[in-house]
Amino acid sequence: MPDASLSALAAQLAAKQVSSRELARQYLDRIAALNPAINAFITVDAEKTLLEAAAADARIAAGQAGPLTGVPIAHKDIFCTDGWLTTCGSKMLHNFVAPYDAHVIQRFKAAGMPSLGKTNMDEFAMGSSNETSYFGAVKNPWNTACVPGGSSGGAAACVAARMAPAATGTDTGGSIRQPAALCGITGLKPTYGLVSRYGMIAFASSLDQAGPMAPSAEDCALLLNVMTGFDPNDSTSLEREKEDYTRDLDQPLAGLRVGLPREFFAEGLNSEVAAAVEAAVTELKKLGATTVEISLANSKLAIPVYYVLAPAEASSNLSRFDGVRYGYRAPDYASLDDMYCKTRAQGFGAEVKRRILIGAYVLSHGYYDAYYLQAQKIRRLIADDFNQAFKACDIILGPTAPGTAFKLGEKSDDPVEMYLNDLYTIPANLAGLPGMSLPCGFDAKGLPIGLQLVGNYFSEAKMLNVAHQYQRATDWHSRQPEDLK
Amino acid sequence: MKRGHDNWETVIGLEVHTQLATRSKIFSGSSTAFGAAPNTQASAVDVALPGVLPVLNKKAVECAIRFGLAVDATLNRVNVFDRKNYFYPDLPKGYQISQLAKPIVEGGTLKIVVEGEERTIHLTRAHMEEDAGKSLHEDFHGMTGIDLNRAGTPLLEIVSEPEMRSSAEAVAYARALHTLVTWIGICDGNMQEGSFRVDANVSVRPVGQAEFGTRREIKNLNSFKFLQQAIDYEVRWQIGTLEDGGRIEQATVLFDPDTGETRMMRSKEDAHDYRYFPDPDLLPVKLDEDWIEAVRAGLPELPAAMQARFQADYGVSAYDAAVLTGSRALADFFEAAARACGQGKLAANWVMGELSAALNKAELDIAQSPVSATQLGTLIARIQDGTLSGKLAKQVFEGLWEGAGEVDAIIEARGLKQMSDSGELEKIVDDVLAANPKSVEEFRSGKEKAFNALVGQVMKASRGKANPAQVNELLKTKLQ
Repeated sequence: MPDASLSALAAQLAAKQVSSRELARQYLDRIAALNPAINAFITVDAEKTLLEAAAADARIAAGQAGPLTGVPIAHKDIFCTDGWLTTCGSKMLHNFVAPYDAHVIQRFKAAGMPSLGKTNMDEFAMGSSNETSYFGAVKNPWNTACVPGGSSGGAAACVAARMAPAATGTDTGGSIRQPAALCGITGLKPTYGLVSRYGMIAFASSLDQAGPMAPSAEDCALLLNVMTGFDPNDSTSLEREKEDYTRDLDQPLAGLRVGLPREFFAEGLNSEVAAAVEAAVTELKKLGATTVEISLANSKLAIPVYYVLAPAEASSNLSRFDGVRYGYRAPDYASLDDMYCKTRAQGFGAEVKRRILIGAYVLSHGYYDAYYLQAQKIRRLIADDFNQAFKACDIILGPTAPGTAFKLGEKSDDPVEMYLNDLYTIPANLAGLPGMSLPCGFDAKGLPIGLQLVGNYFSEAKMLNVAHQYQRATDWHSRQPEDLK
Repeated sequence: MKRGHDNWETVIGLEVHTQLATRSKIFSGSSTAFGAAPNTQASAVDVALPGVLPVLNKKAVECAIRFGLAVDATLNRVNVFDRKNYFYPDLPKGYQISQLAKPIVEGGTLKIVVEGEERTIHLTRAHMEEDAGKSLHEDFHGMTGIDLNRAGTPLLEIVSEPEMRSSAEAVAYARALHTLVTWIGICDGNMQEGSFRVDANVSVRPVGQAEFGTRREIKNLNSFKFLQQAIDYEVRWQIGTLEDGGRIEQATVLFDPDTGETRMMRSKEDAHDYRYFPDPDLLPVKLDEDWIEAVRAGLPELPAAMQARFQADYGVSAYDAAVLTGSRALADFFEAAARACGQGKLAANWVMGELSAALNKAELDIAQSPVSATQLGTLIARIQDGTLSGKLAKQVFEGLWEGAGEVDAIIEARGLKQMSDSGELEKIVDDVLAANPKSVEEFRSGKEKAFNALVGQVMKASRGKANPAQVNELLKTKLQ
């Protein structure tokens, strides 16, 4: 079971070799066994999961099953889920039971995929190590002394440890791709606007995008088929014809032009990561691809630009957490202002407060032009670089993160060092482009290395094709931590 | 410094919040109906649950386009919603969605008439935004209740240039704006329910000084009377303060109708830094020409155009035309009555005179008038064709008001027809002359007043039904 792909699980369900309830039970048992060590889940509710699984079994029995009906999935605790605790990894929402389903949740429910629970994450998706969660750090299944990456660290860890066959994640500056890389799984951030943000608790609205996380590109393609689609409740949702993201998986790669941005192979990149990525390039060439060196000159500004724009939006998005209507409220206060101050001082963790302060600062009177407006201009230049690059290549390839999983606590005291982890992933968010990470090897310590692909707008099917062909030729994505097998 | 109010000039600019007459809220599907039980019209979006997103109500945009066209303003083909960030319990998101840098409407003009003189007031801008909820401080024993029914109600904030120079001009502007927004159907104009709220920016400066004085903003005036009182008080207070050697500090003040005074709400030092930035949850609003033209095609004839037409077509004065276009219902009533009788000036006199007086007395508005425009038109036609004298017509009007039937039926039933049989009238005249030899004598000796007394006697004897012109003529003939 732990090795099965989504299509294999779906085939077993269709052939009545296993029921959705049995499948859910097996994963719940594995969660019960492994989660105490990994801490990938904030909420597990076997009763709810089994009810949903029973409903899926009824659908299968009635011949009304979709392609993934009965296959369970874990959801990042950023998605509002009707009747489930939805915390966003924060004390601020430690008691918030959502009264409605996020669009993404609605889609998985409509597809008949039972929820295995809500996965741990950096508080309000702010972090690259999953150490900022109010519910404790997530441990990397490959080495529990190491971080799983973040902010979708719980999602990445639960898939890596096969506590779930797949998971949802969200990516604002690399939050799907970086933990996927550090945990040795595959994760995809779609083109901005492809997946509705309705019901996904906002961090930075112009950057946030939900996507699938699973062992393989093929799994991700199947999940993307479920997640994408126009939603009238999200004004930034794109009205496009429905695509089948599995359609090009088996296309050969002959003639594929792979762009290698010289800025992504420069100073700061760990040599073992560089070697693994270069080996992957060699592999793709064997499959018929050609390479071309490209330049994303402004990408060096991506981190400063991101740390102006994302906190600016976050400082406003997080204003609703004021203790008035739901969530945490300080127990003692003397006045309205005192209630606000104490609630937010006690309810938010240090990283969230740091970003709210940065955001309020860059938007404040007299600083807006110098920071926020300037950052918006550079954001456009970064997008222009990609537009230029895609004239010379079909897909851009590089490392997902500059290194492999680091030790818990290693970077907690140095926010800038932590922020540098998203050096290669942030540019795609700023440009709104799709990006994915897939396993391409291990370092000497046995920690996974991630390969990043960035495609042009709406080129998810092409990216998945490249990743799938690579995964047919390699087995990095199917490896699992020995001691958890 | 010279003292006395004549040495100071008042400068006023108004910001008016008009509630747009849409059925649902600006960013959610909740109803905007007034008066529902607290929080029964607050959806997940209005309550600002985690994860919810705004979706723009196109009807609100259409209202703003209507307004922009009606005041001949520039419609920004691309306009942008911004977030205005501040904390308050009745502001669920911690920010208000508004428009700062790129509002939907810029410029435009509105004509006002003050003491018979017409002036053109320029508008700065008009922008769409959402209303906040309400904090309820009573009935909660030291706590505050929050009602979010109003949160997300669409508003159009209309900002004028500081071009008004007296409270009378400010009131005239506010009234003209009120007429216009109700005329074009974008606002119900109900001031008690807060559908039309006025903020007045007031400053004073020595006559002849070019720069403006420091302004204070009077918030949330919900009647024209309070607007006038608040400005008058504020102007007196500012002049008094300056003449006593004081300084005006920029501030936001509230008007207390009980004391007739304004009092400080917050000073400039307490002013928020709202940290405006474009709302990333909403795309820029794009207005295409087809949409604008479709809205234009649906606009009714506007007050200014109608005033010009009333003067040209019905021969009414500029003043009367302005009064008659005080509301669309009044203008429509007048025009229907004028068409029914073909007598524009008479119709104007009746509508502004007898009818308005009766409506005022009964505290009814024109839409509730018991006398229809067709009935009034018929009544006027009966004056014109000699059936009724003005005096008899008033009696018929009373009958119409009481619902006694149609004009001709009332005349018939009450015997109000003017005497048209000259034989009958001649007999009355002869009787009156015979019975009043003294008056006849006085008239013949040159006393003109005596003639009037004789006319009076004839009218009395005819019980008001004699045609006064006919009486005059007959008497003159007989007395020669």
